[in-house]
Amino acid sequence: MEITPLTITFGIFAIFALGGGLGVVLSRNLLHAALYLILSLFGIAGLFITLEAPFLAIVQVLVYIGAISILITITIMVTRRVMGVTDSVNNQWPVAAIGALFTFGAIVFVLVSNFHGRVAAGDVPADMIERIGLAFASPQGYLLPFEVASLLLLAALIGAIVVARE
Amino acid sequence: MLDIFTLIGDWITGLLESIGAGPVVIDLVFGFIGSFIIINFLLIMALVIIWIERKLIGRIQARIGPNRVGPWGIFQNVADVLKLMTKEIIIPTGADLIPFMLAPIISVASVFLIWAVVPFARTAVGTTVTVGVLYIVAVSSLSILSVLLAGWSSNNKYALLGAFRAVAMLVSYEVPIILMLLIPVMLAGTMDVLQIVEQQGIWYVFMAPLATLIFFVASHAEAARSPFDTLEAESEIVAGFHIEYSGMAFAMFYLAEFLHSFTVGALVATFFLGGWRGPFAAEVPVLGVIYFFIKTFAVYFINIWARGTLPRLRIDQVMDFCWKFLIPLSLVLVMLMVLADKVAAAVFPGYAAVGGFVDLLPRAAVLLIVNVLVGAAAVGWVIRQGRRERERLAAMEIAPIERPAAGAAK
Repeated sequence: MEITPLTITFGIFAIFALGGGLGVVLSRNLLHAALYLILSLFGIAGLFITLEAPFLAIVQVLVYIGAISILITITIMVTRRVMGVTDSVNNQWPVAAIGALFTFGAIVFVLVSNFHGRVAAGDVPADMIERIGLAFASPQGYLLPFEVASLLLLAALIGAIVVARE
Repeated sequence: MLDIFTLIGDWITGLLESIGAGPVVIDLVFGFIGSFIIINFLLIMALVIIWIERKLIGRIQARIGPNRVGPWGIFQNVADVLKLMTKEIIIPTGADLIPFMLAPIISVASVFLIWAVVPFARTAVGTTVTVGVLYIVAVSSLSILSVLLAGWSSNNKYALLGAFRAVAMLVSYEVPIILMLLIPVMLAGTMDVLQIVEQQGIWYVFMAPLATLIFFVASHAEAARSPFDTLEAESEIVAGFHIEYSGMAFAMFYLAEFLHSFTVGALVATFFLGGWRGPFAAEVPVLGVIYFFIKTFAVYFINIWARGTLPRLRIDQVMDFCWKFLIPLSLVLVMLMVLADKVAAAVFPGYAAVGGFVDLLPRAAVLLIVNVLVGAAAVGWVIRQGRRERERLAAMEIAPIERPAAGAAK
């Protein structure tokens, strides 16, 4: 395998993603774990960019880092008791470890059994975002799930306004 | 065609090719040059805008403002920067070191990252991202993270209070911002910032004045400037999230705050005031840069004006204003504008969504009417609410305060 700028970039982001993931698991401080999670998600966003999928990368940053990670951070902050605890946070970690091991094994199995060697990358269509948009808006595509999700989010937003008005 | 940006770009490309650089190296060099220029330009600009702001706020408050260092105090900020550089960065006991030092860096980075996609002129833009609008929303949401980290890692009650306020406020005000960014995206039919400017044959401020206003107000709140500066509120929680910061670490928060409100000006100019557009800007891109900064500074001036004039709101008022007024209004506005646009496109034969000034006139007229109607309804609602509130207060019987009789002993 020759070293190209792409492989270097891939390597850097892969280190971010995996190192961040390790940090999440190994960190004793919950808030540090949340920070490592952000690093890991950032690495994954970078991997999307190397795959020439900027839309996915930006949505990754927007949704996972901008919204979910911040939600996690706030949750950690308001649970006062957990803040700053340095010994083992959860006594159920052996169960979690077994579960994680099985999931990892399943993913590796699927990847290995479907590996057909290296294939040439297909061309990325220039009108990718139009295609995503059309897929969301066409009845043959994802119209129904998209509309259901939109309705749910709108209901949540209006619900928040109603709660705020009381 | 007098295009100095393409000229310089071609010259550097030629220079690099002549020394045998491949396309990857050329891209890399351009990336470095671009980010170097933008970041240093912003840092120098920060000195200027902070000086302008201090002078203007001074004038608004009937003071002179900085006037000692250099003519009209213009070098005051240079002196301030030198002072801040020599100051010690104090790390409080019990502070979480890595998040503590990371927070100011993220806060400045989130502002710089926005400028990567802001077009200064037709041919002068950091980088073109096909989903530029989403990119801006994504990177600006990182500033919330910096406030959270700063507040939490300082190991200080006031800092944590500031962080909680910040989260509540900044997350809320992102909703109207994103809803209002939908409108230029919808009108231009693209999320590419460069294309949005390109499509503004008529500036979107004339098609959607109410959307411009909501975007400006919500962004102003997102930049946490007065009257929305409840997250630092000196008189309530001392300085909020950056209470424990000193020296350059504090200076970075300060820099980020000023640059953020300047960036608000740039974003309003780009999305609603036609960006670099102006007479002859398409032929001579250098003029576009000048127009862009005139518009940016005009919006920034209104920003300073609001900051100097309005008193700080309470945190519950800030939240009420967002959830009970801005968000319902933006939702209604987006829905009605989409509806009017689609209906008018089906009914009128001469209705064009793309084209020059004359082609866009029918569309501008229809959308302007929608905006004015929604705006009038909102103002009517506010007036009615105000009257009702005054009547409620007048109906309340307030007992007079009992005072000790005159001449009573202490």
